[in-house]
Amino acid sequence: MRNLAAVLFIGGLGFFLFVLFFRLPLGAPPLVAGAAILEEGGETVGAANLVTAVLLAYRGMDTLGELSILFAAATAVGLVLGRRQLVVSDPEGGFILRAGSDLLFPLLLVVGLYVILHGHLTPGGGFQGGVILAAAFFVPVLARPRRGLDHGLLSFVEGLAGAAFIGIGLWALFARDAFLEPLLGKGVLGHLFSAGTLPLLSMAVGLKVGAELAGLMTSLMEAEGRES
Amino acid sequence: MALDFVSILYIGALGLLLLGTFGLVTTTHLFRLILALALAEAGVNLLLILSGYRGGAQPPILGFGPQDMPMVDPIPQALVLTAIVIGVGVQALAVAAAVRIYRRYGTLDLVALKAHLEGDLARKQGIAPPKSAEKPAGERPLSPVPPRPQEP
Repeated sequence: MRNLAAVLFIGGLGFFLFVLFFRLPLGAPPLVAGAAILEEGGETVGAANLVTAVLLAYRGMDTLGELSILFAAATAVGLVLGRRQLVVSDPEGGFILRAGSDLLFPLLLVVGLYVILHGHLTPGGGFQGGVILAAAFFVPVLARPRRGLDHGLLSFVEGLAGAAFIGIGLWALFARDAFLEPLLGKGVLGHLFSAGTLPLLSMAVGLKVGAELAGLMTSLMEAEGRES
Repeated sequence: MALDFVSILYIGALGLLLLGTFGLVTTTHLFRLILALALAEAGVNLLLILSGYRGGAQPPILGFGPQDMPMVDPIPQALVLTAIVIGVGVQALAVAAAVRIYRRYGTLDLVALKAHLEGDLARKQGIAPPKSAEKPAGERPLSPVPPRPQEP
């Protein structure tokens, strides 16, 4: 009976959404704002990757809100799981796991930093690179669960990165009367040192996301081996 | 109507969304609930991305491909990046809550959890635990007619 009601509900919802979406113009040219950004985003911001331009220049304020949501989620996970003494019961990984994690760590670090620093030129940016950085620091923890990660240091990096993001925004507020407006000149389109403060903002976002995700995953892993 | 590539993607995204919603409605297991939420979220993200798609268009990166080709809308992509990050936060919080619940009650079954939670609340308030709205209140009364003796 319950499943029948669920099937009816899903069928109705599916029909509704299907009709709604097939009335939309598929593959039509982008909307007004998107077309305008495609037209002049390169000259106004100086970033080759227009998604990063939208994320950090046009809607930098929203990215700050997103970072605060992620911060709230990480804090809430720490709060829910508690900070009791560590009783990690997982044994240390075998030789292959440990050697593999040692090999992967520098490679993941380099790839993550590359993706963050080239966020304004190539696909990628602070969030994507930050996730790779978090993986770089989490893989050794998986191989050696007893060593863990220093949560205090992670919190410090996270706070520093968030403060840097807001600080760059305030700097722009005092220099140009607009919060998070790109400074330092646009440079040459497509060069590494271009797009003003966007790479700096990208770096701050990447470090913050990396520290937060690494802390999240480590506290979830530690929750498994802990006695309540 | 011939099914082109974009239509197939739309149907797939709608299917993911509907599958996730179906799981949300029907499952009685907390972890499957979280997985269903992730599935529905993937469908919504795919729908958002598709809303900015143009057939045969370039990614929105200047100097990446041929100059005169049209590019896809960058705004849905930035939006979906936001949505993915927030989804990760929501899922991490949900998993953390599930870990705490499992540690406290030793089960993730929603029906059992509801009974546990209501019992706990009632004990804390010092009242009798609530009775089920569906279960009969007492024993079923016996029929006044004595059962017919069985023929051997």
